[in-house]
Amino acid sequence: MKFDTPATTNPIDQLKIIGKPTDRIDGPLKTTGKAPYAYERHEVVPNQAYGYVIGAAIAKGRIIAIDLADAKASPGVLAIVTAENAGTLNKGRFNTAKLLGGPEIEHYHQAIAVVVAETFEQARAAAALVKVDYARGKGRFDLAAAKDTASPPPENEFSGKPDTAVGDFAAAFTAAPVRLDATYTTPDQSHAMMEPHASIAAWQGDKLTLWTSNQMINWGKGDVARTLGIPKENVRLDSPYLGGGFGGKLFVRADAILAALGAKAAKRPVKVALARPLMANNTTHRPATIQRIRIGATRDGKITAIGHEGWSGDLPGGGPETAVNQTRMLYAAPNRMTATRLAVLDLPEGNAMRAPGEAPGLMALEVAMDEMAEKLGMDPVEFRILNDTQVDPEQPGRRFSQRRLVECLKTGAERFGWDKRAKPGSRREGRWLVGMGVAAAFRNNLLTKSAARVRLDDKGVVTVETDMTDIGTGTYTIIAQTAAETMGLPLDKVMVRLGDSDFPVSCGSGGQWGANNSTAGVYAACMKLREAVAQKLGFNTAEAVFTDGQVRAGNRSVALREAARGGEVVAEDFIEYGDLDKKYQQSTFASHFVEAAVDAFTGEIRIRRMLAICAAGRILNPKAARSQVIGAMTMGAGAALMEELAVDKRFGFFVNHDLAGYEVPVHADIPHQEVIFLDETDPMSSPMKAKGVGELGICGVGAAVANAIYNATGVRVRNYPITLDKLLDKLPDVA
Amino acid sequence: MKSFTYERADAPAEAAAAAMRTPGSRFIAGGTNLLDLMKLEIETPAHLIDVNRLALDKIEPMSDGGLRIGALVRNTDLAADARVRRDYALLSRALLAGASGQLRNRATTAGNLLQRTRCPYFYDTNQPCNKRTPGSGCAAIGGFNRTLAVIGASEACIATHPSDMAVAMRALDATIETVRPDGKTRTVAIVDFYRAPGSTPHLETALEPGELITAVTLPKPVGGTHIYHKVRDRASYAFALISVGAIIQRDGSGRVALGGVAYKPWRVEAAEAEMPRGARAVTTALLAGAKPTHENAFKLLLVERTLSAALAQARA
Amino acid sequence: MVKVSFKVNGQARALELDTRTTLLDALREHLRLTGTKKGCDHGQCGACTVIVEGRRINSCLSLAVMHEGDSITTIEGLGTPEKMHPMQAAFVTHDGYQCGYCTPGQICSAVAVLNEIKAGVPSHVSADLTARPHVSVDEIRERMSGNICRCGAYSNIVDAITEVAGRKA
Repeated sequence: MKFDTPATTNPIDQLKIIGKPTDRIDGPLKTTGKAPYAYERHEVVPNQAYGYVIGAAIAKGRIIAIDLADAKASPGVLAIVTAENAGTLNKGRFNTAKLLGGPEIEHYHQAIAVVVAETFEQARAAAALVKVDYARGKGRFDLAAAKDTASPPPENEFSGKPDTAVGDFAAAFTAAPVRLDATYTTPDQSHAMMEPHASIAAWQGDKLTLWTSNQMINWGKGDVARTLGIPKENVRLDSPYLGGGFGGKLFVRADAILAALGAKAAKRPVKVALARPLMANNTTHRPATIQRIRIGATRDGKITAIGHEGWSGDLPGGGPETAVNQTRMLYAAPNRMTATRLAVLDLPEGNAMRAPGEAPGLMALEVAMDEMAEKLGMDPVEFRILNDTQVDPEQPGRRFSQRRLVECLKTGAERFGWDKRAKPGSRREGRWLVGMGVAAAFRNNLLTKSAARVRLDDKGVVTVETDMTDIGTGTYTIIAQTAAETMGLPLDKVMVRLGDSDFPVSCGSGGQWGANNSTAGVYAACMKLREAVAQKLGFNTAEAVFTDGQVRAGNRSVALREAARGGEVVAEDFIEYGDLDKKYQQSTFASHFVEAAVDAFTGEIRIRRMLAICAAGRILNPKAARSQVIGAMTMGAGAALMEELAVDKRFGFFVNHDLAGYEVPVHADIPHQEVIFLDETDPMSSPMKAKGVGELGICGVGAAVANAIYNATGVRVRNYPITLDKLLDKLPDVA
Repeated sequence: MKSFTYERADAPAEAAAAAMRTPGSRFIAGGTNLLDLMKLEIETPAHLIDVNRLALDKIEPMSDGGLRIGALVRNTDLAADARVRRDYALLSRALLAGASGQLRNRATTAGNLLQRTRCPYFYDTNQPCNKRTPGSGCAAIGGFNRTLAVIGASEACIATHPSDMAVAMRALDATIETVRPDGKTRTVAIVDFYRAPGSTPHLETALEPGELITAVTLPKPVGGTHIYHKVRDRASYAFALISVGAIIQRDGSGRVALGGVAYKPWRVEAAEAEMPRGARAVTTALLAGAKPTHENAFKLLLVERTLSAALAQARA
Repeated sequence: MVKVSFKVNGQARALELDTRTTLLDALREHLRLTGTKKGCDHGQCGACTVIVEGRRINSCLSLAVMHEGDSITTIEGLGTPEKMHPMQAAFVTHDGYQCGYCTPGQICSAVAVLNEIKAGVPSHVSADLTARPHVSVDEIRERMSGNICRCGAYSNIVDAITEVAGRKA
């Protein structure tokens, strides 16, 4: 199905099942421990051995020698794979550094070997016996120091243009009566999903199966094949459940490749999970940024010039953190510029983490807006509303398909009691300084092809098969809702099978594109199934109504299952898109409101209230969508208050590389969270009229927290995370 | 984890004797720190002596009005004990500020005292660390040391002791009872228990090889308002940046011990004479001679302000 | 290798294990009870929480051999998809999970937390140490803080536990 004209009324609009808050259909499995994750699939293949991954002890340099003698002689050891005996390995299309390093080492904890043994305990013990001699090389580990060497990164499908300009920013900024010129920093962050990267590999002849934990099955299949130098059709990936991803499992990682190599060497199936202390340096992370923002405005608050420059670093060949991109779209201003610069750093590989670009970008931009509002003596909500735009500011002829940011801000302000916000540092409750903050959120809606297959059996059950993944987003349920709605069935008559590369290729899970595209693909397949069913049952497709398990037209009604009496009816189709996303800018919007309290003595920060108002197209399952948003708000709170991979600039690694050192929010950090979805459909997005919310939810949260802390204390911190030591010496005297 | 042999001990003296008999022995009780370190081969015992079945899990009143706490009393039970909650609230508060419910259910009184540092360089076996590998150097000095010691450190080591419980024990003048491999018992005041790092940071306590902690005793209650204020980067389940354990009497006198600033719970009795003059005076005396790094210098002000908060709370 | 016997979910189990085997790996790799999760293997996340002798512990920081004779309850022992424990059902109703990986640990912890409050065990946020604690959102949040949920389902998890606590009372 090609989607190239705006959606009109279709079976989804019945909203009998779509749009209803629905318990997850995989809930009973997940809450009883029966949902199988990658490492624990004992039943898929017998005789699984255990692989343990060794990471490089240096950040840059080379291995002079590896002594495997003791490890090989250790009890239970079956095989050890290093770059020396692994054969030729290519680099995956989506990898910046090699997944098996040696002799060159590109970053700290880059995998250099996998030890395979009969048991986990044996593999781990033997791994500690591998002796490696390194020649340490000179690396670049300090973004601030490397900033001046940064250059415009090459443009690719994810990064956007390194430089943009409209009007004359420099002149307009200089001429503006009210100006802000401020620099902000965000640190390196870790996905820290709860399930470590894990895979079981088994070879059958030259065919490889990987039971793994991967967000993008088709990318993964391609990159496994490419890395190992085998045909793509010889690789199968299966990933029905993922214990979180957040972008950290978009790509094939060392667990998969080393399980495959280990299985080949040991001549039996091998399972590998990355040890938690290895994950932060071995896998990808969200890169740190330095961001300079300049805003010029008239005295009555109209922005006349807005400029946003962003610097980040990555390994050679890597990409930038595109922190400036939202600034091209979010506010009106006749004169504007953005610039993205990338430095070469020898820290571990930077890459996408939940809302790459916007998450750190809005942490800076939306604090800048708060600072600017204060300079203007304006309410920050009003300031944002005044500078709203309904068109792409770079191409004023191009409208947003939907843009209800103003309504998000107004609704939020009313619900939150924004009018009670006091002057900075003026509201005190006992030992607590209390303040409120607001931020706008913006994240694009991306359209990408997605396919599915649907099968109707003689029990009247529809089974959906697609290589789409559910990374906690609720995909199983919204796909079931889509099929049920389209086929006129109750939810329990739909089965959903995901994550197998033998199924039709979907959009996968990333960039908050999963919900809209994958369900649109299922919708397309179901519409094809309706045709086949109608034909089988002798209905005119255009007249047939699918409802309550029946197919009806005029006064004739036949049970849907009758169509499968002679055998399964199968249909497969995909959604693909025309140029509606070129004609219209498709984005999602939200406002975030936060109340924070700061201990006047110690600077300890507690978030008291959080509210998000989202405008993101049709919400397919308000229950799961709300969870996506509260989860993203939680991660945004972590980014604001505590998350930072600490860089050792001498040795070039993230020092706090476990879950005790890299602190993420716990229960006690997070208050009750409220989420409101504006009632919206976007006919430009797909037949589902939906968009995404999973990344929108994190956008702007950090800034709202930062602005609330400022409002509470009168202390402005421009370097995240806002830990108490950055406030302490500026808090009121208590002695 | 290196392989090891395992035995269960039935009596304290027997456990201590067993430890001398088998080279490379370690006692295991809760295991919440030892196993963590064994997985990383920071601890590599050849033999584990499981002391969980020793009858050291009682909390008993003593004739002098104090309390004897068995070495195996779990942190949860110690914190929940009615006498501790009433008379030694500081101890209960400190325990409850530490770790998580799950960990407190396993962690023992003796094990808590014997926790090793959470310095990230100690935990990363690729990095030099004099505590882990004597003579290899200290990567924390000049590295990421925001959480590390501001006082009592040496050129060889700037690790902190991570225990919350020990801070309360220090303020309460606890005494540690032990049994040695020869069956003889002795007591060590907590003030004498932790060794300064000097040039031998791998030697952490006064315990001799094979010596087993059997109990911790507390002198009779001293009254006052008990406050344990642990300051950390998140609201729970995190190690302290600093903590202040204070017992404040009505007349303004009191005791103060600090966590997160040194290799041991930090208390200077002489500084407590400054209590009536306020937090700044106490802190100045308490942390005299502190040598913070660029990254952890904030701890000095944080101690002062946290103590201010405690004093204000006691007044209220 | 050592022999160890314990009860898991009411069933007697006898194993011969490498001494190094944690309770977590004994459950997951040897008994194939994979509902209990390995998130960090170092006591830093709570995904491995099980209930031993009525108390919740991190099974990753305990050797299997140290549990001779113990009674262990895992997520599989609380309920099944067909017959869920009230806490499991409440997690589904309140969407108290997303990816599901920390969920068994959260649920085991939640069940134990309500028992701890009932038994009068105080917490860091109990205002009066000498009084009996009671269920409140602050008590639940503090006591559940040893179970990290990176998906950030906390707000819903607290709702689920509050509902079960209310039902019990």
